[in-house]
Amino acid sequence: MAAYDVNGTSVEHDEEGYITNLSEWTKELADVIAVAEEIEMGEEHWAVVNFLREYYEEYQIAPAVRVLIKSIKKSMGPEVGNNKYMYELFPYGPAKQACKIAGLPKPTGCV
Amino acid sequence: MSTLHTVNKSPFQNQTLISCLGHAKAGDSVLMIEDGVYGAMSGNAMSEVVAGLGANIKLFVLGADVAARGIDAGRVAEGVTSVNYEEFVGMAASCDRVQNWL
Amino acid sequence: MSDVKKFLYVNRKAPYGTIYAQEALEVVLIGAAFDQDVAMAFLDDGVFQLTKGQDTKEAGLKNFSPTFRALGDYEVTKLYVEQESLDERGLTLDDLQDIQYEDEDDDYEEKPSIIVVSRAAMADVMADQDVVLSF
Repeated sequence: MAAYDVNGTSVEHDEEGYITNLSEWTKELADVIAVAEEIEMGEEHWAVVNFLREYYEEYQIAPAVRVLIKSIKKSMGPEVGNNKYMYELFPYGPAKQACKIAGLPKPTGCV
Repeated sequence: MSTLHTVNKSPFQNQTLISCLGHAKAGDSVLMIEDGVYGAMSGNAMSEVVAGLGANIKLFVLGADVAARGIDAGRVAEGVTSVNYEEFVGMAASCDRVQNWL
Repeated sequence: MSDVKKFLYVNRKAPYGTIYAQEALEVVLIGAAFDQDVAMAFLDDGVFQLTKGQDTKEAGLKNFSPTFRALGDYEVTKLYVEQESLDERGLTLDDLQDIQYEDEDDDYEEKPSIIVVSRAAMADVMADQDVVLSF
């Protein structure tokens, strides 16, 4: 199985790049995944990733993209919580890509 | 407005048939299929319960599943109508909704 | 709006003995994307799905009960729970999780999602649907 390399420690991931053991996530790993996804992590990327991790911690699911955007809009305002901006942050899909970086499973309902 | 309910569990295994009959509305149809057909037999410990709860409900049983289990057609309780697959499809098509009790 | 159909997901199984409960929840979350009028019904052993304090760590299972509290985000805001099923199992509303949703039409006020109904009322709810899906 393929794996990310975080300073010499390997963290296994599935064929799409989602890590297989959620407890292995670290901020350092997030940076490594982001590089693989060709994303430069800024403050707002981190805000979304942190939001996803908190959502998962509380509800045990990765939210669907429309739920994610609606919630971000509520917590961070409409400048960040809108489709266009979220896709600028995560061009391959905010839910899919941000979940991957956040170390969560693929969002329910994503194919 | 009526519902076709299907039940595929034996009433000796669990409460599914009882629950179904307890929620079906007067005029609804309940079709017993697969192991559900044991709920359609006369002369067993569940017969009276089924007849009582099903008094205002149309009760059906899938003949093929009765035959498959070696139950003589004569053992199907009075008030339960035996249907074939074609009639099953017709019932599903003519009701407002189908609710499968699993 | 006439193309919006009423969907009811009927839950009659306890949470961990079979995969039905978890699958149903997943289907509801996926189905919620289709902008239909979705409700869930909990009767018979299905009421056990909503109990609070579920702790699956030692059993080695995923605890999906917190996910019920996310349903409001997915606009699934009607969780019908049958009174008789609770009574038969020695449960009261206090034994269930507090599940709420934010009412967007009412200044995001938090309102309870659980609606306790009698068996007769549950039968009415079922008869009022366009589609009934059982788990």
